[in-house]
Amino acid sequence: MSTYAMLIDYEYCTGCKSCEVACKQEYHRPAGRAGGVEVQEFIHRLPNDQLFITYIPTFTRACVFCAGRVKQGMAPACVKHCMANILTFGKLEDLQQQLPEKRKAILWTKG
Amino acid sequence: MSRKDGVTIIKTTTWSPGPGCHGGCGVLVHVKDNKVIKVEGDPDHPWNQGRLCSRCLSMTQYMYHPDRLKTPLKRVGKKGEGKFVPISWDEAFDLIEEKMKKIRKDHGPESVIFHQGTGRDIGGWISMLAYAYGSPNWMFGLSGISCYTPRLMMMSITQGDFAVVDASQWHEKRYDDPEYKIPETVTIWGQNLPATCPDGFFGHWYVDLMKRGTQLLVIDPRCTWIASRAKLWLQLRPGTDAALALGFIHVILKENLWDQSFVEKWTNAPFLVMEKAAGPALLRESHLRSGGSDENFVVHDAASGDFVVWDSKDQSYEQPDTTPSLTGAFSLTLADGSSATVKTVWTRYQENAADYTPEKVSEITWVPADKIIQGARMYAKSAPSALHWGLPIDTIPSTIPTSQAINHLWCMTGNLDIPGGNAIARYACDVVTYPYHAGGAILSLPDEVAKKRIGMNDYGPIKDFRAWAQPDKVLEQIFSGDPYEIKGMWIQTANPIACTGMEPGKWRDAIKKLDFTVCVDLFMTPTAMLCDVILPAASFLEKDSLKAWWVPLQAIKKTVDVAECKSDIEINLELSKRFMKDFPYESVHDLFDSLLASAGMTYKDLQEKTWIMPPDGHPSKPYSRHEKGLLRPDGKPGFRTPSGKVELYSSWLEKWELAPMPYHEEPPYSPVSTPDLFKKYPLILCTGRRMGPFFHSEHRQIPWLREQQKEPVLEIHPDTAEKLGINNGEKVCVENWLGKITVTALTTPIIHPDVVMAEHGWWFPEKEGAEPSLFGVWDVNVNQLIPMSNEGKGGLGAPIKSMLCRVYKAKG
Ligand code: SF4
Ligand code: SF4
Ligand code: SF4
Repeated sequence: MSTYAMLIDYEYCTGCKSCEVACKQEYHRPAGRAGGVEVQEFIHRLPNDQLFITYIPTFTRACVFCAGRVKQGMAPACVKHCMANILTFGKLEDLQQQLPEKRKAILWTKG
Repeated sequence: MSRKDGVTIIKTTTWSPGPGCHGGCGVLVHVKDNKVIKVEGDPDHPWNQGRLCSRCLSMTQYMYHPDRLKTPLKRVGKKGEGKFVPISWDEAFDLIEEKMKKIRKDHGPESVIFHQGTGRDIGGWISMLAYAYGSPNWMFGLSGISCYTPRLMMMSITQGDFAVVDASQWHEKRYDDPEYKIPETVTIWGQNLPATCPDGFFGHWYVDLMKRGTQLLVIDPRCTWIASRAKLWLQLRPGTDAALALGFIHVILKENLWDQSFVEKWTNAPFLVMEKAAGPALLRESHLRSGGSDENFVVHDAASGDFVVWDSKDQSYEQPDTTPSLTGAFSLTLADGSSATVKTVWTRYQENAADYTPEKVSEITWVPADKIIQGARMYAKSAPSALHWGLPIDTIPSTIPTSQAINHLWCMTGNLDIPGGNAIARYACDVVTYPYHAGGAILSLPDEVAKKRIGMNDYGPIKDFRAWAQPDKVLEQIFSGDPYEIKGMWIQTANPIACTGMEPGKWRDAIKKLDFTVCVDLFMTPTAMLCDVILPAASFLEKDSLKAWWVPLQAIKKTVDVAECKSDIEINLELSKRFMKDFPYESVHDLFDSLLASAGMTYKDLQEKTWIMPPDGHPSKPYSRHEKGLLRPDGKPGFRTPSGKVELYSSWLEKWELAPMPYHEEPPYSPVSTPDLFKKYPLILCTGRRMGPFFHSEHRQIPWLREQQKEPVLEIHPDTAEKLGINNGEKVCVENWLGKITVTALTTPIIHPDVVMAEHGWWFPEKEGAEPSLFGVWDVNVNQLIPMSNEGKGGLGAPIKSMLCRVYKAKG
């Protein structure tokens, strides 16, 4: 059986939080609680003194990888609406082939 | 499309009200039992290609919010006391008709102001109502009309048209269209793009471009996410953008990085300028010969040494084979027998730019000289190179020379209307709901009324460019009654008390002083609270409309009804019929059909297609339209300017007695202009920090959006905060000679230590609405620290993002 996974090409994540709201809309989740994904902000000051802002969407225990949507052949709600198109959902072995070559990325598995 | 589970999916497109932004995205609306249950992005729409931001994803919470205004309301208590009773639409229309007709009879139609907010789906409909009523005083209330209008005006007089970055938005296939080129560099000048979708643009297009290899040059006082991704980030002092642009121009000229063939052929660089005691003036045919036209200009022919007339009407030189000298100084005898010294525009231009050395510009802007040089090279050497500018170019009193200098950058480097450069943007298929230039689209006004528009006699650009009244002058006139009394205000898509009004206390007093005020909105706001009648407007999913700026031309379709809400268009149509005898349109669809005539279609056709792109060869589709004769009404090659050239030396500015070439002007309140004030208020106060979940003053009551940010913050550098004994998350007072607010400190290294950044548009829908609270607006509205009546020369621009303040820890 294949494992599903989420590829997060976070170099381009802008922290816009569409993913968060897309998940909340899909599952009618309340405000004030985490949904399936929460975006975190990091403001790094790099060794060369350059400021670098990184956002990383973190998938929570509440994420169901949009099983119902996926079964119907649709992309998960967060993937579909991600404003920067940085989320790819699929089978782990397929996503391993799609890792970006020149930048860091995260592969989030269901396990 | 209807599904088995009883859900119908409707394909439509966005514009306010609802998401608030300037819209454009394609959406799929899921409707069940006349209720919207979900909104998704439309993957087939070229604009957003399936994506959506959090505001559209929250539409169900917006539409069915318990606080939505659901019926018309009439004030029964004192103004601002918060006592209203529901009335029917008939009663509301009757009441408004009666009150406003009485004002018209007693004081004239010009004594009612029609007040709109930002350029949402309103301009056409509110101007229609104002003109049906007979008032020329249609207004956007931001001091100095400091939002996009200054940039539009400057582009219009410089290059005859507006231009925006070409992110392939004119092509259905977008980035893959064979005609399109990915910009080598995009310069982002003063905008936090991913957090905004400004001016008919989709912020994340830049992320698409970055992925395709575009490099970024970002000019911003803050290190935003996009600045942190830039190849080069220039951290400039707020309000000094003109100096930086002139520094770029200096380097570009010095290092010969300009596009000689474009400058020679398509700009007025070879035109001659006289040196006169009263100042310089463009040499016109009328100076040269008696009986000559003052619309024609003069060049020096390098081959023959003759002075040759450029015929603006024919778009040609009087002598064939003229090779105009680009540089030089000459002497000649004028028609009146006097002799004159003349120089070419280009020579004067070089002299003007010579002053702005990187060292001098560095002193003004705080940007290191080597970085100025690097930036200029990066911009000018890239091909294609596109430049995106933001609101800070408008929100300074020196907006005219600032936008002029930046506009020149893409002209002199040959990046105008080329693929991947700055493409000329026109209304798709020439469908105009309201024109930017003075004059009406749906209705126009008779001359004698049009002449009463407030501010048009004070400022050339207000008179000749935009049909709006000048807001600073309007506010003054409400109190002075000079030259005539103002008695009423119709407020629609606007919240001056919380958002657009500088010195909002004055706007409160102004609204309360008037005899009759109406507010059309979707929620009760601090502004609506002060009005006599409140009308509940429909969101974009509850109305039919259309959008044509810039592309595509698209339909907005009604999907459901919510309570008794009506669209802004229906409301204004009904009242227009009541105010004007023989009003020419019966239904909104009649109105849309007439506007769509230039696209050769009806509203029904457009609804069926949802959106269309202008066809190839249409004037509203790029590229190189100046070469093809697609820009000028006479069909000749060239631009829609008085001379037909890109006017680097502006004949319009000359006419308005403003400096015809760009220059730096210090912000009116700054360490340089007001050193004494600066001692007392030692931090530069920048405002308008953009927040992704909110559009200006909206969305504070939407749970999925408000949870993203609960309270207004002030960004302050950690070093500055430490000196002031302020910790992250503490309440701080921000204060200057005009007022004080209390907000939460957000210490962050992304801001310059000498600058603090505040947010605008805050109020608290959950707090007490009645006066004096007005939803807590006075605690947090930063506009209380910004003056009215400091508009720039020309009536445009205001010091909104470069004030002074001090910050200290709040007590208790
Ligand atoms: S995959 Fe589905 S459930 Fe998981 S975060 Fe995304 S939208 Fe939510
Ligand atoms: S929607 Fe995409 S870009 Fe936006 S925060 Fe989520 S992952 Fe990042
Ligand atoms: S930019 Fe965002 S809010 Fe605006 S129309 Fe698109 S999805 Fe909606």
